[in-house]
Amino acid sequence: MGAAADPTVIHLVVFVLAVFVGYHVIWNVTPALHTPLMSVTNAISSVIIVGAILAAAPPEPDWGSILGVIAVALAAVNVAGGFLVTQRMLEMFKKRDRAPGKRDD
Amino acid sequence: MIEEARTMTANQVTLWYLAASVLFILALKGLSSPETARRGNLYGIAGMAIAVLVTLALVARGRVDLIVLAMIAGGAVGAFVARRVQMTQMPELVAAMHSLVGMAAVLIAIAAVHNPSAFGVPDPLPAGNKLELFIGTFVGAITFSGSVIAFGKLAGLGRRFRLFSSAPIVFPGQHWLNLAIALVMIGFGVAFFLSPEPNWTAFILMTGLAFMLGVLIIIPIGGADMPVVISMLNSYSGWAAAGIGFSLGNAMLIIAGSLVGSSGAILSYIMCRAMNRSFVSVILGGFGAEEGAAAAAPGGKTVKSGSAEDAAFLLANAESVVIVPGYGLAVARAQHAVKEMVDLLAQKGVQVRFAIHPVAGRMPGHMNVLLAEAEVPYDMVFEMEDINGEMGTVDVALVLGANDVVNPLAYEKGSPIYGMPIIDVHKARTVLVNKRSMAAGYAGLDNPLFYMDRTMMVFGDAKKVVEDIVKALH
Repeated sequence: MGAAADPTVIHLVVFVLAVFVGYHVIWNVTPALHTPLMSVTNAISSVIIVGAILAAAPPEPDWGSILGVIAVALAAVNVAGGFLVTQRMLEMFKKRDRAPGKRDD
Repeated sequence: MIEEARTMTANQVTLWYLAASVLFILALKGLSSPETARRGNLYGIAGMAIAVLVTLALVARGRVDLIVLAMIAGGAVGAFVARRVQMTQMPELVAAMHSLVGMAAVLIAIAAVHNPSAFGVPDPLPAGNKLELFIGTFVGAITFSGSVIAFGKLAGLGRRFRLFSSAPIVFPGQHWLNLAIALVMIGFGVAFFLSPEPNWTAFILMTGLAFMLGVLIIIPIGGADMPVVISMLNSYSGWAAAGIGFSLGNAMLIIAGSLVGSSGAILSYIMCRAMNRSFVSVILGGFGAEEGAAAAAPGGKTVKSGSAEDAAFLLANAESVVIVPGYGLAVARAQHAVKEMVDLLAQKGVQVRFAIHPVAGRMPGHMNVLLAEAEVPYDMVFEMEDINGEMGTVDVALVLGANDVVNPLAYEKGSPIYGMPIIDVHKARTVLVNKRSMAAGYAGLDNPLFYMDRTMMVFGDAKKVVEDIVKALH
């Protein structure tokens, strides 16, 4: 074996394996929860906020870091909104635990 | 010594990111059933908290105050919207959120070209990073502008701005124009990739063209195909995040982005299959131009129609009832009335189930959420393939605001919807169909279901009809 592989190649390995994991996990999602799936994947893709934080962080502020701050705010909307709206939807999915229609008529 | 401490930190950061990635996978895995889904969402929140806190700790010497402020401001907006949004508006919300991910990706990419060292990427940018930034930027830009158009179409802004019209916007040479723009965009990308200095002209032109392309590829897609579009943009937002992950050398971003990208791709596939359309034909667009225009005018065929009281009588005397809701039900805001009707029928000992077609709403799984909101227990709600086998033993099938998804023409060779999977309500002993009028559905097709001997039409607004049925059941 020669030198270690290029980081980009390692990342390609990670990428391909992650697509495989995604493929198998997503096919197991029950169709009834496809809307919460979309909102939670939205929240998860907002992990891009990590890149935004790095962009916003340089000690000497310039226009590049201002773009970073804007990106942090945009991604934060998604992080909070995505997880909270998913939680709100999932709270609605309830089993038939009590006798249906216990209201009188 | 110091060098060593620094590598330790980098390794620790990477391990924390690994933990976050695993939590994201667990979040999606939780969605395999409603019982585990809430815990899954908590895993997702934990993963995000780890990712954000670790990154903040990493940049602790920079201007964290402004970053935290931006996070609080954005988070407050997100929380507010998440609490206030109506479930019928979920497609709009999701489209808006996709656009934010796309825009954030573009902004991060611009910042990375401007100051690569902030990301720990060598300055000047190596060729590999430039290629990855190019991909992340144009996918992000297309996601942004495409999602804005999708949002406008879903929110019904088409009445004021023609660009957002829910009818497809088509013009001659459209696809060639898009292809030409895509090629020019890639050309600027190559120029950016090849020049040793950061080539801002090429980068900006490429980004501008990508924004334009996002608009142009969504406008020809009609309202009926929105479930595919929204899934597709979901996928793009994931690939944009993965592209940024590649350029920043961040494995967690790559993993999270790939999970989302494959999720959106699978949902697009499921939606296309449910409409029996190829992905390519949806993307090329133009479908659904004459929605509802072709009213059925069948020669000599007559329909039987009845009142809500007749329907109530049939329902109350049935042993088993299957309700097939369509988006018309949600438009009429009849979900809660339906829930009341179901409760009354259950009291009378009628077995009631719901049958959901994958494209019953305006996004994948939309109808399930709308029913859940009306407190219909999820174990009463069945997917098409799980209930179709039993439709022959059902006493009464009640179709509320659905049309194409119950059209038996799907079984006839040569019909435009031949091969589309449908809910087999025509096999039920009695079929009740509620519609506002005899107008055809999105596909502009007549529906033989309406003319069967065993079918009774109940005309009127879905909410009004269901409320009348409830009154008659009392």
